[in-house]
Amino acid sequence: MTIAFPPQTSSSPPGLQPEGWLRYLSFSLDHKVIGLQYMVAGFFFYLVGGALAGMIRVELVSPISDFISRETYNEVLTLHGTVMIFLWIVPVVNGAFGNYLIPFYVGARDMAFPRLNAVAFWLIPPAGFLLIASYFIAGAAQSGWTAYPPLSLTTPAAGQVVWILSVLLLGGSSIFGGINFIATVLKMRRPGLKLMQLPMYCWAMLGTSILVVLSTPVLAGTLVLLSFDIIAHTGFFNPALGGNAVVYQHLFWFYSHPAVYIMVLPAFGLVSEILPVHARKPLFGYTTMVYSILGIVFLGLIVWAHHMFTSATPPWMRLFFTIATAFIAVPTGIKFFNWLATLWGGKIALNSAMLFSCAFIIHFVFGGITGVALAQVPFDIHVHDTYFVVGHFHYVVYGGTVFVIFGSIYHWFPKFTGRMLNEDLGRFHFLITFIGFNLCFAPQHWLGLNGMPRRVAEYDPQFTLMNQISSVGALLMAVSTLPFLINVFWSAFSGRVAGDNPWNALTPEWLTSSPPPVENWKGEAPLVQHPYGYGVTPGQIDLGAATGREIWSSGQ
Amino acid sequence: MTAFSPSSDQSPSNTLAPPLREGSAPMAQVATENGHPDHRMFGLATFLVADGMTFAGFFAAYLTFRAVNPLPAGAVYELELILPTINTVLLVLSSFTFHRAAKELRHDQLGACRLWLLITAGLGLAFLGGQMVEYFSLPFGLTDNLYASTFYALTGFHGLHVSLGALMILIVWWQARTPGRFTADHHFGVEAAELYWHFVDGIWLVLYGILYLL
Repeated sequence: MTIAFPPQTSSSPPGLQPEGWLRYLSFSLDHKVIGLQYMVAGFFFYLVGGALAGMIRVELVSPISDFISRETYNEVLTLHGTVMIFLWIVPVVNGAFGNYLIPFYVGARDMAFPRLNAVAFWLIPPAGFLLIASYFIAGAAQSGWTAYPPLSLTTPAAGQVVWILSVLLLGGSSIFGGINFIATVLKMRRPGLKLMQLPMYCWAMLGTSILVVLSTPVLAGTLVLLSFDIIAHTGFFNPALGGNAVVYQHLFWFYSHPAVYIMVLPAFGLVSEILPVHARKPLFGYTTMVYSILGIVFLGLIVWAHHMFTSATPPWMRLFFTIATAFIAVPTGIKFFNWLATLWGGKIALNSAMLFSCAFIIHFVFGGITGVALAQVPFDIHVHDTYFVVGHFHYVVYGGTVFVIFGSIYHWFPKFTGRMLNEDLGRFHFLITFIGFNLCFAPQHWLGLNGMPRRVAEYDPQFTLMNQISSVGALLMAVSTLPFLINVFWSAFSGRVAGDNPWNALTPEWLTSSPPPVENWKGEAPLVQHPYGYGVTPGQIDLGAATGREIWSSGQ
Repeated sequence: MTAFSPSSDQSPSNTLAPPLREGSAPMAQVATENGHPDHRMFGLATFLVADGMTFAGFFAAYLTFRAVNPLPAGAVYELELILPTINTVLLVLSSFTFHRAAKELRHDQLGACRLWLLITAGLGLAFLGGQMVEYFSLPFGLTDNLYASTFYALTGFHGLHVSLGALMILIVWWQARTPGRFTADHHFGVEAAELYWHFVDGIWLVLYGILYLL
């Protein structure tokens, strides 16, 4: 194609987009700016959610409700769950890393819909501040992040309605993001780049976005009906008016079980990027990884009722959902063993990114095993709504996803800023996070097995010691944020200069300058067909035909 | 590329498309909009999948309510069928008129296209009018019982979609005044409104089936 180039070809006229750091406060259309906007906003809400968690753990140091009132405790735990899920994990693990990395991985200069992308981000801060403001104005929602009716209908209405509004905005943001990721991965690939040559994070984000697009709208519709129940006094979910509260649970979990995969599948993808680089080995079993992700996407949509075994679920439903849930262990297990095989025999660099990733594998296996246990009806009925569930959930979402987020920040910070993070501070951060996390959440399994219910400000005095241990762990986790923040702020300005590719990685984001220029590459986008060709000459790998075993054994 | 071929049959010709930047990867056969690859129809289709899932959630709730929640005694309402059936015919007809409008546009008959767009919008508004008449003649209100609430929620949510669709049609009808705004092979606005309208039409057929016939 030979076409005359007019002088101005930029899609946005100059002058509308500010330069320098002001870009990060603007309606920027650059996917890298939007990615970092997601990350910084998400981290702010992580600190908010962490402060709320601190209030919960301080309250639970003693068996009586002495630090905050019971109503405040309910508000705090509701806000903690909602902020952490909808404002920290989902935006960061999807929006931040997805926006930053996916265009590089597909060889594009931006996302498919840059304006929609900016809209999706800018829905988040107002929704977040709305949610937090409800605490100071009318009292926040008190019914937990699940907002089960009839509880959500009997607690004060104003906070609940604001909560619904906020979650609807965040759901909209999530759907817009999901549409963008699907279009980018499927339609924006550089010519010559095949689907089965994409880095694993692309597949994870494709699967995640399919879940977002299919399940988030159901939650949105359900919350609209719930708001009718609160505002217009209809009776959809109100048994007193002939409604059906269990239908709400079905619709809620139709979103919120996939939401677990929306939070953890991208983490799987990020770990699959980090491990090969720092172990200098090809990712083991690429093809099985891809099909595992697709299998998790499919199974993730048909297991929701395992959250509802105590909600008068009929026996056939219990049977079906128990079996379907157990099946998820198969693709998840495949991924787990693939990660281990990737590490096996590798030249492992035990830096902060690798430490966090390895801790992820350990925590996720533990959380996965308790998850399979929870899917078994006889066991689930005993521990339902106890601290066992809290422990399980935090092992998956904190021990899993948040550890990956930290590992990913250590891995990609050189690309974001052009400077390395300090490794000593990073390992110190890892050490106290790891100890604090396990100290905080491991005892909660014991508490749950012994019958301590969740979401209650007071408890039986026999549980005092374990709760105090857990609170000490929470204190360590709070402290662990400090070395991280110091590290980030110090390194951003005076860290060691990273260069384009400090890890000698092969994925495309490293094949440009750090930080990358607007539109990602000065010249043509590189065609990376072997993103994991570590330790092998590129000619030996045929990702289209080879199985994982062949790649692995030829790498020895 | 693979099976996901770019939907570029209505793309502007290369001479119209702003050229690719120096050194950028060639994006052969991909429609562009201001120098950016144009995947808006794909994005809209994905959004409609999401929108369809909202309806699917409502349908599932409604069917479950019907299956397991008995209505209070004496509250079984037989719905009048004539008006909704006329409405159904109007809406299905409007899908065909919109199709005709897009066809005229592809043959560069802008005047005929605008006429058919107007007819389509008229049919949509007639549907909304019929819906209003039905609402005012129904023997139950929003909060009377579970069935009544679900009926209004479902038809209301669909009616909101019809209203937005009619608005979109009127907007593209208005935009089509300007010569060159829509050309035979470059008319995303009309295409998008058409896809959305067919979607809303299809949803109504399901609604009609489960609300009135079942």
